[in-house]
Amino acid sequence: MDFGSHAGFIFASYGLCLLTILALIAWVRFDKAHQDRSLRELAEQGITRARPENESKNAR
Amino acid sequence: MAFWDYANPTRFLKLVQVLLPWLVGLCVIFFAAGLYMSFFMAPEDYQQGNTVRIMYIHVPAAWLSMMCYSVMALSSIGTLVWKHPLADVSAKSAAPIGAAFTFMALVTGSLWGKPMWGTYWVWDARLTSVLVLLIMYLGLMTLWRTMEDPIKAGKAAAVLTLVGALNLPVIKFSVDWWNTLHQPASVVRMDGPTIHPDILWPLMVMATAFTLFFFVIHLMAMRNEIMRRRVRALRLRAAASSHPGTAAATAQPAE
Repeated sequence: MDFGSHAGFIFASYGLCLLTILALIAWVRFDKAHQDRSLRELAEQGITRARPENESKNAR
Repeated sequence: MAFWDYANPTRFLKLVQVLLPWLVGLCVIFFAAGLYMSFFMAPEDYQQGNTVRIMYIHVPAAWLSMMCYSVMALSSIGTLVWKHPLADVSAKSAAPIGAAFTFMALVTGSLWGKPMWGTYWVWDARLTSVLVLLIMYLGLMTLWRTMEDPIKAGKAAAVLTLVGALNLPVIKFSVDWWNTLHQPASVVRMDGPTIHPDILWPLMVMATAFTLFFFVIHLMAMRNEIMRRRVRALRLRAAASSHPGTAAATAQPAE
């Protein structure tokens, strides 16, 4: 397919869009991994969202 | 279950888990169809030639840059009026996505402008107001990062977002109010689109793909923000219990 003398502008536009889309996907995925890791580390230290009263109910 | 029940972050996270695979699938299908139509089905424009293909990404990116800010403005009303637990989570998560779409619209517009107008940039009302939009996004992102308390930051950002929303009608009607190099609206018009269907259809399919992509990334970013607030709340609770003399940490609504 021949895009003529303006092919450089067309491919630069699509390339930039692709990079921006990939950057957004990388941002949400890395951020998710970071938050998962933080929650896991807190859980390993025994710090969880369970309230003490729930924990005592569960222990009964 | 009423829509309002999804204000509960845990229920919202469950909904995201169900919705995301469907949205991702639809987004991939629309992008594949849109790219095929843009490169292999759409004809050259009689004036623009092949550079019309840049419009299939430039126009959706420009629409999404404004839609994203509209989502933030509605979320800000939710923050200030109803104190909806997910409202400022939604606004904060949308800002980087909006900034990315605005950046995309500005750069692809410049790359189209050079061969068509003979210049990458002119300080006309449309281009300048979109640049102001990008600066607003960057300013809001900075504001959220400078304040430690997410609730205080959310309120301050909500006020600034609503003030900045005045720029949206300026962007939309700038081409009508002022004599701009940027052409007037040719799709969203009272008398209907002035574009030939052969060019309009690929544009609409790409716009749908971009919109689906926005919802996918926005939902994922909101999920991350809820988790970030949970991590913060847990760390504050742990710090308060290890130092009982200090002020107790307060959990935020979206935690």
